[in-house]
Amino acid sequence: MLAFIIRRVGQAVAVLFTVGLVAFCIFRFMGDPVENLLGQEATQADREALIERLGLDDPIPVQYVRFVGNALQGEFGISYRLGRPVSELIAERLPATLELAMVSALFALVFGVLFGVYTGIRRDGVLANIVMSVSLVGVSLPTFLIGILLIWIFAVELGWLPSFGRGDTVAITENWDSVLLTASGLKSLILPGITLGLYQMTLIMRLVRSEMLEVLRTDYIRFARARGLRRQAIYFGHALKNTLVPVITVTGLQLGSIIAFAIITETVFQWPGVGLLFVNAIFFVDIPVMAAYLLLVGTVFVTINLIVDLLYFAIDPRLRFDAPGKGA
Amino acid sequence: MIDRPLLSIRDLVVEFTTRRGVLRPVDGVGFDIARGEILGVVGESGAGKSMMGSAVVGLIDRPGRIASGAVLLDGEPIHRLSEEAMRRIRGRRIGMVFQDPLTSLNPLLRIGDQIVETIRTHLPVGEAEARRRAIAALDEVGIPAAARRIDSYPHEFSGGMRQRVVIALALAAEPDLVIADEPTTALDVSVQAQIIALLKRLCRERGAAVMLITHDMGVIAEATDRVAVMYAGRLAEIGPTPDVLTRPKHPYTVGLMRSTPSTLGAGGRLHQIPGSMPGLRAIPSGCAFHPRCPKAFARCDRERPDPIPTAAGAVACWLYDPEDPALSGAGEAEGTAT
Ligand SMILES: Nc1ncnc2c1ncn2[C@@H]1O[C@H](COP(=O)(O)OP(=O)(O)OP(=O)(O)O)[C@@H](O)[C@H]1O
Ligand code: SF4
Ligand SMILES: [Mg+2]
Repeated sequence: MLAFIIRRVGQAVAVLFTVGLVAFCIFRFMGDPVENLLGQEATQADREALIERLGLDDPIPVQYVRFVGNALQGEFGISYRLGRPVSELIAERLPATLELAMVSALFALVFGVLFGVYTGIRRDGVLANIVMSVSLVGVSLPTFLIGILLIWIFAVELGWLPSFGRGDTVAITENWDSVLLTASGLKSLILPGITLGLYQMTLIMRLVRSEMLEVLRTDYIRFARARGLRRQAIYFGHALKNTLVPVITVTGLQLGSIIAFAIITETVFQWPGVGLLFVNAIFFVDIPVMAAYLLLVGTVFVTINLIVDLLYFAIDPRLRFDAPGKGA
Repeated sequence: MIDRPLLSIRDLVVEFTTRRGVLRPVDGVGFDIARGEILGVVGESGAGKSMMGSAVVGLIDRPGRIASGAVLLDGEPIHRLSEEAMRRIRGRRIGMVFQDPLTSLNPLLRIGDQIVETIRTHLPVGEAEARRRAIAALDEVGIPAAARRIDSYPHEFSGGMRQRVVIALALAAEPDLVIADEPTTALDVSVQAQIIALLKRLCRERGAAVMLITHDMGVIAEATDRVAVMYAGRLAEIGPTPDVLTRPKHPYTVGLMRSTPSTLGAGGRLHQIPGSMPGLRAIPSGCAFHPRCPKAFARCDRERPDPIPTAAGAVACWLYDPEDPALSGAGEAEGTAT
């Protein structure tokens, strides 16, 4: 087990270095950083001074190592567009994105599992079939369209919920302004939260459903029924638990993509998170911000994967033993 | 009242309505099981043994259903009960043991939790008492160091031990009847013998009845008091085990005994019954065995024989029709297997 964990952590680090390399290449080779920083009217002397200062005349591997070293300390350079340290910009924006992602993931997980279990148990039920059909829409509509539809219905037509922004925030810590504690903040979370989580919700629901159907056919469920256990015990105590390994895998991966796809939702709802920061960075070819964002998303993915792997051990006792014991 | 059979199956018919017609994996089976008795059920693969066992506890998968007939438990009909009423009977009054010990246990739950859950579902006892009983149940089926092993997961047991756990689970709420569907098929011979001895002992000590479904004539000879032979969803013959094994009446049973190496007194060569059992979509007319029967005569492909009572059992074969004087007793002399 320990060997497994060490191996997984090693893999995670390797993946991060690769992502770092890609980010570095973008940083170093997309456009000319010197050009970007100095603008058109710089003199040759200015350029040479800057190249010297940025270490751009060092060998590429040396530059890469320096880039990684800086990244490890949270240093990604200065934003071309805003002229402020990238780390500062991201730290400012991250809480908004994390809150949005968390709410979406929670929404996706809770409703995905509930609907999945329900449609799995009531395979032929009318309501279950309606849910399944509607979910097809959820999977096939693009996120921005769902967002716009929701805005149109709930913000424009009904006027119940705000159509953009974060509402009021409360500072929880020095650099964490939260919307979770104010009414207008929570209200403004609903639409983007649903928009961002809907696809994941339907995905989890369909997965839980098919896993439930699979598990309900197994011998141990049959044996549980033959022992006269109550339905709830069979569905939730025996069946659902056996669907969790694949569900957690997918949920973990989806959590990563929730953060990645936040770009679209944040754009539609003008949500001031890192996604929006990234989109604006693309328009202005703000390379340091783009590189940092790439690394951030990479780190999130890798971390979640690692946590998912560890959760397996918590769920499945068969993995906890390196050599299965035998009865006497 | 005391001699009332514990389980009584009457003319049971199980039907699957499919797009291509109605299938009857169980077609008019009937017999009784008394308290303290072990009844063996044999027959080729596909004869409907498992389906009959599932029908008794109401666990037939859709679209299958009991189309007619009755299942009486202690005189009470149970084949038309609601799902909830049936649930209370399963595990509590009828325990079920399935073939495969490797897949019958939930891999993610400790065996103790699975037993405690079963006990607490059916009996009004607290957690501590249920756990004490769970340990006793494991002890009873011969799990060494039960008090320690109770917190193990299924994968930590060997196949034979897992089958014991499965039996402990089936018996946890102290049912009166145990239906064991090929409980030893997946196990090696010595473990098989232990499991059979275990079932026999439980039956003797608790006065429980056992329906033991198996392919294995050795197990039948070893463990059962009476044996029912099924063919194509129907009962071919039923009677005391020594009679059926040594003096089979039904031509199918005769063939089955000749093709089994381990039967008592089988000195001669093994004979294979020619042909194979018909599929459910092509059950022959009249006696379902007639295309393969060496004794078949004019009547056999036209009229279906019902079980005809014999001295200690019944046989569904026209050779034993008491109303046909020309034939009476003819099959009996021929049927002796030597
Ligand atoms: N879900 C189903 N739908 C239709 N027919 C089925 C279904 N399940 C089983 N059958 C058929 O019912 C018949 C009886 O099956 P059953 O499992 O009871 O046989 P068995 O005597 O237990 O055989 P085995 O010794 O192989 O376990 C078989 O012909 C089988 O193909
Ligand atoms: S009824 Fe006829 S075909 Fe059927 S077993 Fe008896 S003799 Fe053979
Ligand atoms: Mg079977």
